Amino acid sequence: MFLTVTMELMSGFLETLKIFILTLAFSIPLGLVICFGSMSRWTPLRVLSRGFVWVIRGTPLMLQLIIIFFGPGLILGLTAMPRITATLVAFSINYACYFSEIYRGGIESIPRGQYEAGQVLGMTKGQIFRKIVLLQVIKRILAPMSNEVITLVKDTSLARVIGIYEVIWSGEQFIRKGLLWPLLYTGVFYLVFNGGLTVLFGKLEKKLSYFRG
Amino acid sequence: MPILQVNNLKKGFGSTDVLKGVSFSLEQGQVLSIIGSSGSGKTTLLRCLNFLETPDAGEILINGKELLSNSEEEVRQNRLHFGLVFQDFNLFPQYTVLKNVTLAPSLLKQHPADEIREKALSLLEQVGLSQKVDAYPWQLSGGQQQRVAIARALALNPEVLCFDEPTSALDPELTGEVLRVIRGLKERNTTMIVVTHEMEFAKSVADVVIYMAEGVIEETGTPEAVFDHPRSEKTRAFLRGAQERF
Repeated sequence: MFLTVTMELMSGFLETLKIFILTLAFSIPLGLVICFGSMSRWTPLRVLSRGFVWVIRGTPLMLQLIIIFFGPGLILGLTAMPRITATLVAFSINYACYFSEIYRGGIESIPRGQYEAGQVLGMTKGQIFRKIVLLQVIKRILAPMSNEVITLVKDTSLARVIGIYEVIWSGEQFIRKGLLWPLLYTGVFYLVFNGGLTVLFGKLEKKLSYFRG
Repeated sequence: MPILQVNNLKKGFGSTDVLKGVSFSLEQGQVLSIIGSSGSGKTTLLRCLNFLETPDAGEILINGKELLSNSEEEVRQNRLHFGLVFQDFNLFPQYTVLKNVTLAPSLLKQHPADEIREKALSLLEQVGLSQKVDAYPWQLSGGQQQRVAIARALALNPEVLCFDEPTSALDPELTGEVLRVIRGLKERNTTMIVVTHEMEFAKSVADVVIYMAEGVIEETGTPEAVFDHPRSEKTRAFLRGAQERF
Protein backbone atom coordinates (compact mmCIF):
# COMPACT_ATOMS: atom_id res chain seq x y z
CA MET A 1 0.00 0.00 0.00
CA PHE A 2 2.79 2.37 0.98
CA LEU A 3 4.47 1.71 -2.33
CA THR A 4 1.28 2.35 -4.33
CA VAL A 5 0.73 5.61 -2.54
CA THR A 6 4.36 6.64 -2.98
CA MET A 7 4.20 5.94 -6.72
CA GLU A 8 0.98 7.92 -7.05
CA LEU A 9 2.40 10.85 -5.11
CA MET A 10 5.52 10.65 -7.22
CA SER A 11 3.50 11.19 -10.37
CA GLY A 12 1.92 14.22 -8.73
CA PHE A 13 5.28 15.47 -7.58
CA LEU A 14 6.64 15.20 -11.12
CA GLU A 15 4.06 17.77 -12.15
CA THR A 16 5.11 19.92 -9.18
CA LEU A 17 8.75 19.63 -10.30
CA LYS A 18 7.85 20.52 -13.87
CA ILE A 19 6.16 23.75 -12.75
CA PHE A 20 9.05 24.52 -10.43
CA ILE A 21 11.87 24.04 -12.94
CA LEU A 22 10.18 25.69 -15.90
CA THR A 23 9.01 28.64 -13.79
CA LEU A 24 12.56 29.27 -12.65
CA ALA A 25 13.88 28.89 -16.18
CA PHE A 26 11.52 31.60 -17.44
CA SER A 27 11.28 33.93 -14.45
CA ILE A 28 14.98 34.31 -13.64
CA PRO A 29 15.80 36.00 -16.99
CA LEU A 30 12.40 37.72 -17.25
CA GLY A 31 13.00 39.21 -13.80
CA LEU A 32 16.16 40.83 -15.10
CA VAL A 33 14.23 42.45 -17.96
CA ILE A 34 11.61 43.82 -15.56
CA CYS A 35 14.38 44.93 -13.21
CA PHE A 36 16.07 46.94 -15.97
CA GLY A 37 12.68 48.43 -16.76
CA SER A 38 12.16 49.45 -13.14
CA MET A 39 15.61 51.05 -13.07
CA SER A 40 15.31 52.75 -16.45
CA ARG A 41 16.06 56.44 -16.66
CA TRP A 42 13.26 56.71 -19.21
CA THR A 43 10.29 57.57 -17.01
CA PRO A 44 7.45 55.94 -19.03
CA LEU A 45 9.23 52.58 -19.00
CA ARG A 46 10.07 52.89 -15.33
CA VAL A 47 6.52 53.79 -14.35
CA LEU A 48 5.14 50.98 -16.48
CA SER A 49 7.51 48.40 -14.98
CA ARG A 50 6.93 49.47 -11.42
CA GLY A 51 3.16 49.61 -11.99
CA PHE A 52 3.25 46.09 -13.39
CA VAL A 53 5.24 44.84 -10.40
CA TRP A 54 2.75 46.54 -8.10
CA VAL A 55 -0.22 44.79 -9.72
CA ILE A 56 1.43 41.38 -9.76
CA ARG A 57 2.79 41.57 -6.24
CA GLY A 58 -0.37 43.19 -4.97
CA THR A 59 -2.80 40.45 -6.05
CA PRO A 60 -2.90 36.77 -5.11
CA LEU A 61 -1.14 34.32 -7.39
CA MET A 62 -4.25 32.16 -7.23
CA LEU A 63 -6.31 34.95 -8.75
CA GLN A 64 -3.70 35.47 -11.44
CA LEU A 65 -3.85 31.78 -12.32
CA ILE A 66 -7.62 31.94 -12.66
CA ILE A 67 -7.55 35.10 -14.77
CA ILE A 68 -4.86 33.80 -17.13
CA PHE A 69 -6.59 30.45 -17.57
CA PHE A 70 -10.22 31.55 -17.77
CA GLY A 71 -9.79 35.17 -18.80
CA PRO A 72 -9.13 34.76 -22.52
CA GLY A 73 -12.20 32.56 -22.90
CA LEU A 74 -14.57 34.56 -20.71
CA ILE A 75 -13.51 38.03 -21.75
CA LEU A 76 -12.31 37.67 -25.32
CA GLY A 77 -14.08 34.50 -26.35
CA LEU A 78 -10.82 32.79 -27.27
CA THR A 79 -9.98 29.16 -26.66
CA ALA A 80 -8.22 28.73 -23.35
CA MET A 81 -4.58 27.75 -23.45
CA PRO A 82 -3.57 24.38 -22.04
CA ARG A 83 -3.64 24.25 -18.24
CA ILE A 84 0.07 23.77 -17.91
CA THR A 85 0.81 26.70 -20.21
CA ALA A 86 -1.48 28.99 -18.23
CA THR A 87 0.18 27.80 -15.04
CA LEU A 88 3.66 28.52 -16.34
CA VAL A 89 2.67 31.94 -17.66
CA ALA A 90 1.12 32.94 -14.34
CA PHE A 91 3.95 31.57 -12.21
CA SER A 92 6.72 32.95 -14.42
CA ILE A 93 5.29 36.45 -14.47
CA ASN A 94 4.57 36.39 -10.75
CA TYR A 95 8.01 35.19 -9.75
CA ALA A 96 9.77 37.40 -12.28
CA CYS A 97 8.26 40.41 -10.51
CA TYR A 98 9.53 39.28 -7.12
CA PHE A 99 12.93 38.44 -8.59
CA SER A 100 13.12 41.82 -10.31
CA GLU A 101 12.87 43.59 -6.97
CA ILE A 102 15.53 41.34 -5.46
CA TYR A 103 17.79 42.04 -8.44
CA ARG A 104 17.14 45.76 -8.16
CA GLY A 105 18.05 45.76 -4.49
CA GLY A 106 21.22 43.82 -5.27
CA ILE A 107 22.27 46.04 -8.16
CA GLU A 108 21.60 49.25 -6.26
CA SER A 109 23.64 47.99 -3.32
CA ILE A 110 26.83 47.79 -5.38
CA PRO A 111 28.97 50.84 -4.56
CA ARG A 112 29.13 53.49 -7.28
CA GLY A 113 32.91 53.25 -7.12
CA GLN A 114 32.76 49.84 -8.78
CA TYR A 115 31.03 51.34 -11.82
CA GLU A 116 33.35 54.32 -11.86
CA ALA A 117 36.43 52.12 -11.65
CA GLY A 118 35.17 50.24 -14.69
CA GLN A 119 34.36 53.48 -16.50
CA VAL A 120 37.76 55.07 -16.04
CA LEU A 121 39.31 51.83 -17.27
CA GLY A 122 37.47 52.32 -20.55
CA MET A 123 34.93 49.54 -20.11
CA THR A 124 31.56 49.68 -21.80
CA LYS A 125 28.34 49.61 -19.77
CA GLY A 126 27.76 46.01 -20.77
CA GLN A 127 31.27 44.99 -19.73
CA ILE A 128 30.91 46.74 -16.40
CA PHE A 129 27.67 44.90 -15.74
CA ARG A 130 28.85 41.48 -16.86
CA LYS A 131 32.45 41.52 -15.67
CA ILE A 132 32.26 43.57 -12.49
CA VAL A 133 28.77 43.99 -11.11
CA LEU A 134 26.99 40.72 -11.91
CA LEU A 135 28.91 38.30 -9.71
CA GLN A 136 28.86 40.72 -6.80
CA VAL A 137 25.10 41.05 -7.21
CA ILE A 138 24.64 37.27 -7.35
CA LYS A 139 26.57 36.91 -4.12
CA ARG A 140 24.45 39.54 -2.42
CA ILE A 141 21.06 38.24 -3.56
CA LEU A 142 21.66 34.57 -2.88
CA ALA A 143 19.89 34.57 0.49
CA PRO A 144 16.70 36.37 -0.63
CA MET A 145 16.65 34.27 -3.81
CA SER A 146 16.77 31.06 -1.83
CA ASN A 147 13.77 32.31 0.12
CA GLU A 148 11.79 32.89 -3.07
CA VAL A 149 12.84 29.62 -4.64
CA ILE A 150 11.74 27.65 -1.59
CA THR A 151 8.45 29.54 -1.54
CA LEU A 152 7.98 28.64 -5.20
CA VAL A 153 8.23 24.92 -4.41
CA LYS A 154 5.29 25.28 -2.05
CA ASP A 155 3.34 27.74 -4.25
CA THR A 156 3.17 25.15 -7.03
CA SER A 157 0.32 23.61 -5.06
CA LEU A 158 -1.83 26.57 -6.09
CA ALA A 159 -1.90 25.25 -9.66
CA ARG A 160 -4.59 22.77 -8.71
CA VAL A 161 -7.05 25.62 -8.80
CA ILE A 162 -6.95 25.38 -12.59
CA GLY A 163 -6.79 21.61 -12.59
CA ILE A 164 -3.12 20.72 -12.47
CA TYR A 165 -2.73 17.34 -10.82
CA GLU A 166 0.15 18.20 -8.50
CA VAL A 167 1.33 16.39 -5.43
CA ILE A 168 -1.18 17.66 -2.86
CA TRP A 169 -4.09 16.80 -5.11
CA SER A 170 -2.65 13.36 -5.68
CA GLY A 171 -2.46 12.89 -1.91
CA GLU A 172 -5.96 14.16 -1.39
CA GLN A 173 -7.31 11.55 -3.80
CA PHE A 174 -6.76 8.93 -1.15
CA ILE A 175 -9.17 10.56 1.29
CA ARG A 176 -12.02 9.18 -0.80
CA LYS A 177 -10.59 5.74 -0.19
CA GLY A 178 -10.53 6.46 3.52
CA LEU A 179 -6.83 7.21 3.81
CA LEU A 180 -5.72 10.47 5.38
CA TRP A 181 -2.01 9.83 5.80
CA PRO A 182 -1.08 10.15 2.08
CA LEU A 183 -2.07 13.82 2.25
CA LEU A 184 0.20 14.34 5.22
CA TYR A 185 2.86 12.27 3.47
CA THR A 186 3.01 14.86 0.66
CA GLY A 187 4.66 17.14 3.21
CA VAL A 188 7.64 14.79 3.21
CA PHE A 189 8.11 15.37 -0.52
CA TYR A 190 8.25 19.12 0.01
CA LEU A 191 10.55 18.79 2.99
CA VAL A 192 13.03 16.52 1.25
CA PHE A 193 13.10 18.63 -1.89
CA ASN A 194 13.48 21.90 0.00
CA GLY A 195 16.16 20.28 2.12
CA GLY A 196 18.06 19.56 -1.08
CA LEU A 197 17.60 23.16 -2.25
CA THR A 198 18.83 24.49 1.07
CA VAL A 199 21.98 22.40 0.75
CA LEU A 200 22.42 23.59 -2.84
CA PHE A 201 22.13 27.25 -1.89
CA GLY A 202 24.52 26.67 0.99
CA LYS A 203 27.04 25.27 -1.47
CA LEU A 204 26.60 28.22 -3.82
CA GLU A 205 27.09 30.62 -0.96
CA LYS A 206 30.25 28.80 0.04
CA LYS A 207 31.50 28.83 -3.52
CA LEU A 208 31.17 32.62 -3.60
CA SER A 209 32.72 33.12 -0.18
CA TYR A 210 36.20 33.33 -1.71
CA PHE A 211 35.68 37.08 -2.12
CA ARG A 212 34.17 39.77 0.03
CA GLY A 213 32.15 42.69 -1.17
CA MET B 1 52.98 71.89 -26.68
CA PRO B 2 51.74 70.93 -23.21
CA ILE B 3 50.52 67.36 -22.86
CA LEU B 4 47.40 68.58 -21.06
CA GLN B 5 45.64 71.87 -21.49
CA VAL B 6 42.48 72.73 -19.59
CA ASN B 7 40.62 75.85 -20.64
CA ASN B 8 37.93 77.61 -18.64
CA LEU B 9 36.35 74.45 -17.27
CA LYS B 10 32.98 74.99 -15.62
CA LYS B 11 30.75 72.62 -13.75
CA GLY B 12 27.69 73.16 -11.56
CA PHE B 13 25.35 70.88 -9.71
CA GLY B 14 21.90 72.38 -9.62
CA SER B 15 22.33 75.98 -8.54
CA THR B 16 25.79 75.42 -7.05
CA ASP B 17 28.74 76.34 -9.24
CA VAL B 18 31.51 73.97 -8.23
CA LEU B 19 34.00 74.88 -10.93
CA LYS B 20 33.81 78.50 -12.04
CA GLY B 21 36.25 78.48 -14.92
CA VAL B 22 39.46 76.58 -14.29
CA SER B 23 42.42 76.76 -16.68
CA PHE B 24 45.86 75.25 -16.42
CA SER B 25 48.32 73.25 -18.44
CA LEU B 26 50.77 70.49 -17.75
CA GLU B 27 53.96 69.43 -19.50
CA GLN B 28 54.97 65.83 -20.14
CA GLY B 29 56.55 64.34 -17.01
CA GLN B 30 55.35 67.09 -14.69
CA VAL B 31 53.61 66.41 -11.42
CA LEU B 32 50.78 68.72 -10.46
CA SER B 33 49.49 68.78 -6.91
CA ILE B 34 46.07 70.24 -6.25
CA ILE B 35 45.41 71.33 -2.70
CA GLY B 36 42.44 73.05 -1.14
CA SER B 37 39.78 72.52 1.47
CA SER B 38 36.78 70.24 1.04
CA GLY B 39 34.23 71.71 -1.33
CA SER B 40 36.82 73.76 -3.20
CA GLY B 41 36.14 71.78 -6.38
CA LYS B 42 39.39 69.86 -6.62
CA THR B 43 37.79 66.43 -6.73
CA THR B 44 35.18 67.63 -9.20
CA LEU B 45 37.99 68.91 -11.41
CA LEU B 46 39.63 65.49 -11.35
CA ARG B 47 36.32 63.78 -12.04
CA CYS B 48 35.74 66.09 -15.02
CA LEU B 49 39.14 65.15 -16.42
CA ASN B 50 38.12 61.50 -16.22
CA PHE B 51 34.66 62.24 -17.61
CA LEU B 52 32.95 60.91 -14.52
CA GLU B 53 31.30 64.32 -14.57
CA THR B 54 30.41 66.14 -17.75
CA PRO B 55 31.71 69.70 -17.69
CA ASP B 56 29.16 72.40 -18.51
CA ALA B 57 31.68 74.41 -20.47
CA GLY B 58 35.34 74.57 -21.30
CA GLU B 59 37.93 72.48 -23.09
CA ILE B 60 40.16 69.58 -22.17
CA LEU B 61 42.96 69.08 -24.68
CA ILE B 62 45.50 66.26 -24.72
CA ASN B 63 48.40 67.01 -27.06
CA GLY B 64 46.24 69.70 -28.59
CA LYS B 65 43.28 67.44 -29.27
CA GLU B 66 39.91 68.36 -27.79
CA LEU B 67 38.46 65.49 -25.77
CA LEU B 68 35.00 66.65 -24.72
CA SER B 69 32.34 64.98 -26.79
CA ASN B 70 28.66 64.20 -26.73
CA SER B 71 29.13 60.68 -27.99
CA GLU B 72 29.24 58.06 -25.27
CA GLU B 73 31.59 55.92 -27.31
CA GLU B 74 34.03 58.79 -27.87
CA VAL B 75 33.97 59.64 -24.19
CA ARG B 76 34.84 56.04 -23.40
CA GLN B 77 37.77 56.18 -25.80
CA ASN B 78 38.94 59.58 -24.57
CA ARG B 79 38.94 58.41 -20.97
CA LEU B 80 41.88 56.20 -21.82
CA HIS B 81 44.12 59.28 -22.01
CA PHE B 82 43.66 59.54 -18.25
CA GLY B 83 44.04 57.09 -15.42
CA LEU B 84 42.37 57.59 -12.08
CA VAL B 85 43.31 56.21 -8.70
CA PHE B 86 40.44 56.57 -6.26
CA GLN B 87 40.52 57.49 -2.62
CA ASP B 88 38.96 54.17 -1.62
CA PHE B 89 40.76 52.00 -4.20
CA ASN B 90 37.65 50.43 -5.77
CA LEU B 91 39.39 47.19 -6.62
CA PHE B 92 37.15 44.48 -8.05
CA PRO B 93 36.63 42.15 -5.07
CA GLN B 94 35.95 38.98 -7.03
CA TYR B 95 39.21 39.07 -8.95
CA THR B 96 42.78 38.35 -7.91
CA VAL B 97 45.33 41.13 -7.85
CA LEU B 98 46.64 40.06 -11.24
CA LYS B 99 43.18 39.86 -12.79
CA ASN B 100 42.33 43.31 -11.43
CA VAL B 101 45.24 44.64 -13.45
CA THR B 102 44.69 42.60 -16.62
CA LEU B 103 40.89 42.84 -16.83
CA ALA B 104 40.56 46.17 -18.63
CA PRO B 105 43.46 45.63 -21.08
CA SER B 106 42.07 42.17 -21.94
CA LEU B 107 38.66 43.65 -22.65
CA LEU B 108 40.18 46.33 -24.88
CA LYS B 109 42.01 43.62 -26.83
CA GLN B 110 44.78 45.95 -27.95
CA HIS B 111 47.50 43.43 -27.10
CA PRO B 112 47.81 39.63 -26.99
CA ALA B 113 46.94 38.00 -23.67
CA ASP B 114 50.48 36.93 -22.73
CA GLU B 115 51.81 40.43 -23.36
CA ILE B 116 49.11 41.90 -21.11
CA ARG B 117 50.02 39.40 -18.41
CA GLU B 118 53.74 40.15 -18.68
CA LYS B 119 53.10 43.85 -18.44
CA ALA B 120 50.80 43.40 -15.45
CA LEU B 121 53.36 41.29 -13.64
CA SER B 122 56.08 43.86 -14.21
CA LEU B 123 53.79 46.67 -12.99
CA LEU B 124 52.98 44.70 -9.87
CA GLU B 125 56.68 44.21 -9.31
CA GLN B 126 57.16 47.93 -9.74
CA VAL B 127 54.65 48.64 -6.96
CA GLY B 128 56.21 45.93 -4.80
CA LEU B 129 53.45 43.36 -4.93
CA SER B 130 55.01 40.44 -6.82
CA GLN B 131 54.24 38.20 -3.85
CA LYS B 132 50.54 39.06 -3.93
CA VAL B 133 49.51 38.47 -7.53
CA ASP B 134 47.15 35.63 -6.62
CA ALA B 135 45.69 37.27 -3.51
CA TYR B 136 42.19 38.72 -3.41
CA PRO B 137 41.65 42.36 -2.42
CA TRP B 138 40.22 41.53 1.01
CA GLN B 139 43.45 39.77 1.87
CA LEU B 140 45.44 42.96 1.37
CA SER B 141 46.06 45.97 3.55
CA GLY B 142 44.75 49.34 2.39
CA GLY B 143 48.19 50.41 1.24
CA GLN B 144 48.60 47.24 -0.78
CA GLN B 145 45.16 47.66 -2.31
CA GLN B 146 46.00 51.19 -3.31
CA ARG B 147 49.22 50.03 -4.93
CA VAL B 148 47.24 47.44 -6.92
CA ALA B 149 44.92 50.24 -7.99
CA ILE B 150 47.92 52.22 -9.21
CA ALA B 151 49.20 49.23 -11.20
CA ARG B 152 45.70 48.73 -12.61
CA ALA B 153 45.55 52.33 -13.81
CA LEU B 154 49.05 52.13 -15.30
CA ALA B 155 48.22 48.99 -17.25
CA LEU B 156 46.37 51.10 -19.80
CA ASN B 157 49.30 53.48 -20.37
CA PRO B 158 47.42 56.68 -19.58
CA GLU B 159 49.07 59.92 -20.66
CA VAL B 160 48.08 61.55 -17.40
CA LEU B 161 47.63 59.62 -14.17
CA CYS B 162 45.28 61.23 -11.65
CA PHE B 163 45.09 60.53 -7.94
CA ASP B 164 42.09 61.55 -5.85
CA GLU B 165 43.40 61.84 -2.30
CA PRO B 166 45.18 58.51 -2.63
CA THR B 167 46.14 58.22 1.03
CA SER B 168 43.08 59.69 2.73
CA ALA B 169 41.50 56.30 3.41
CA LEU B 170 44.73 54.80 4.74
CA ASP B 171 46.07 54.39 8.24
CA PRO B 172 48.94 56.81 8.76
CA GLU B 173 51.57 54.06 8.80
CA LEU B 174 50.43 52.89 5.36
CA THR B 175 50.56 56.21 3.53
CA GLY B 176 54.32 56.05 3.12
CA GLU B 177 54.34 52.99 0.87
CA VAL B 178 51.80 54.59 -1.48
CA LEU B 179 53.63 57.91 -1.58
CA ARG B 180 56.90 56.06 -2.33
CA VAL B 181 55.25 54.42 -5.33
CA ILE B 182 54.04 57.80 -6.59
CA ARG B 183 57.54 59.21 -6.12
CA GLY B 184 58.91 56.25 -8.09
CA LEU B 185 56.50 57.05 -10.92
CA LYS B 186 57.79 60.61 -11.04
CA GLU B 187 61.29 59.26 -11.55
CA ARG B 188 59.93 57.32 -14.51
CA ASN B 189 58.67 60.55 -15.99
CA THR B 190 54.97 59.84 -15.46
CA THR B 191 52.73 62.86 -15.87
CA MET B 192 50.55 63.05 -12.80
CA ILE B 193 47.88 65.11 -11.10
CA VAL B 194 47.62 64.47 -7.38
CA VAL B 195 44.78 65.85 -5.31
CA THR B 196 46.09 65.55 -1.79
CA HIS B 197 45.94 66.66 1.82
CA GLU B 198 49.55 65.60 2.36
CA MET B 199 51.15 69.04 2.25
CA GLU B 200 54.69 67.79 2.82
CA PHE B 201 54.28 65.29 0.04
CA ALA B 202 52.79 67.87 -2.32
CA LYS B 203 55.69 70.14 -1.55
CA SER B 204 58.35 67.53 -2.18
CA VAL B 205 57.00 65.70 -5.21
CA ALA B 206 55.15 68.36 -7.20
CA ASP B 207 56.57 70.54 -9.96
CA VAL B 208 53.49 72.70 -9.92
CA VAL B 209 51.00 73.33 -7.12
CA ILE B 210 47.48 74.61 -7.56
CA TYR B 211 45.57 75.90 -4.56
CA MET B 212 41.84 75.83 -5.23
CA ALA B 213 39.21 77.73 -3.32
CA GLU B 214 35.52 78.11 -4.11
CA GLY B 215 35.76 76.68 -7.59
CA VAL B 216 38.64 78.78 -8.88
CA ILE B 217 42.40 78.49 -8.91
CA GLU B 218 43.30 80.87 -6.14
CA GLU B 219 47.03 80.46 -6.50
CA THR B 220 49.41 78.45 -8.63
CA GLY B 221 53.14 78.13 -9.00
CA THR B 222 56.13 76.08 -7.92
CA PRO B 223 55.87 74.40 -4.50
CA GLU B 224 58.30 76.99 -3.08
CA ALA B 225 56.22 79.86 -4.39
CA VAL B 226 52.87 78.53 -3.17
CA PHE B 227 53.97 77.07 0.16
CA ASP B 228 56.71 79.50 1.21
CA HIS B 229 55.70 82.76 -0.43
CA PRO B 230 51.94 82.63 -0.98
CA ARG B 231 50.63 85.85 -2.45
CA SER B 232 46.96 85.40 -1.68
CA GLU B 233 45.55 85.87 1.78
CA LYS B 234 43.24 82.86 1.29
CA THR B 235 46.22 80.62 0.52
CA ARG B 236 48.03 81.85 3.60
CA ALA B 237 45.01 81.15 5.78
CA PHE B 238 44.60 77.69 4.30
CA LEU B 239 48.26 76.81 4.80
CA ARG B 240 48.19 78.07 8.37
CA GLY B 241 45.15 75.87 9.03
CA ALA B 242 46.79 72.87 7.42
CA GLN B 243 49.88 73.32 9.54
CA GLU B 244 47.89 73.54 12.73
CA ARG B 245 46.55 70.08 12.13
CA PHE B 246 49.99 68.59 12.66
